[in-house]
Amino acid sequence: MEQSEIAARLIAHLGEDKVLASGEHSDQHWVTVAPGDLRSALQFMTEDADVSVDMLTDLGGVDYLDYGDDRPWRFEVAYQLSSLAKNHRFRVKVAVTDEETEVPSVWDLFGVANWMEREVFDLYGIGFTDHPNLRRILCHDDFVGYALRKDYPINKRQKLTRPIESLLTDKPEWA
Amino acid sequence: MGLESKLEVPYLTTTMDTVINWGRKYSMWPLPFGTACCAIEFMGVVSSRYDISRFGAELVRFSPRQADLMLVMGTVTQKMAPVLKQIYDQMPDPKWVISMGACASSGGFYDNYSVVQGIDELIPVDVYVAGCPPRPENVLGAVAKLQEKISREKAAAWR
Repeated sequence: MEQSEIAARLIAHLGEDKVLASGEHSDQHWVTVAPGDLRSALQFMTEDADVSVDMLTDLGGVDYLDYGDDRPWRFEVAYQLSSLAKNHRFRVKVAVTDEETEVPSVWDLFGVANWMEREVFDLYGIGFTDHPNLRRILCHDDFVGYALRKDYPINKRQKLTRPIESLLTDKPEWA
Repeated sequence: MGLESKLEVPYLTTTMDTVINWGRKYSMWPLPFGTACCAIEFMGVVSSRYDISRFGAELVRFSPRQADLMLVMGTVTQKMAPVLKQIYDQMPDPKWVISMGACASSGGFYDNYSVVQGIDELIPVDVYVAGCPPRPENVLGAVAKLQEKISREKAAAWR
């Protein structure tokens, strides 16, 4: 299925008024939705027989602070979706404002989202509602702030002076 | 039969420092603290083509209790810093450290939020090796340099 058809189908499912933005670059189409509509969008992508998305390839945050365009939100979280059954890909983005940095977790739809959402939380400070274990994954536990936000000084280092606790416990990461 | 047949008496006079340092410098046991691509280069140093065993340092140990030469090879992050310090502390004296490559020596091009800007912020370093990654010859040069340094040490200065 062509990506333009997938975009049209998703927009028809959500309704024009729920789509904050959509577009295309190098034959790659994307649709931006509000956090409240994310789950219904991704659920549609997995359940629709022709789209039939079965894999979340990647999930990443973007900070558009001082980017220079007129988008009214600061962050985006991009969900790179893929269908192994139908051999096509699609990108869904969710717009996140500086005031309300909460996005619903999609961990129950795609198990792989668990650590990816932790990574976005760790580096951008975007929270994922109903995530089973939302804590830092790359930066150490004493780190203050969010390293990949554009207003974080690029070489501001923070020392960790105690052992890493997760290495000292038998408790699994997702517990 | 050998050299001793030329001696008038069957013994030599020397100092304890010379004998102990001679023994130490030709039997270093390396502990590889490999965190990045320099550790791949170290495999070449150990293997037959370059062969670190020609310098008496071939017995690579993965327990700090059994090693006296720490080779820090690669990027050390702030999160890894306590681990590096702890492993160094676990090594028994006498012990030496070679900082291999740009990242371990200075942070390299990772002037960012997560990387320690040189492991000498954490532990004492005896020899720095330049390169990204260094050539195996360069690492062997560092071992030779360290042997020179050991031969000048006061053996009793170590606990």
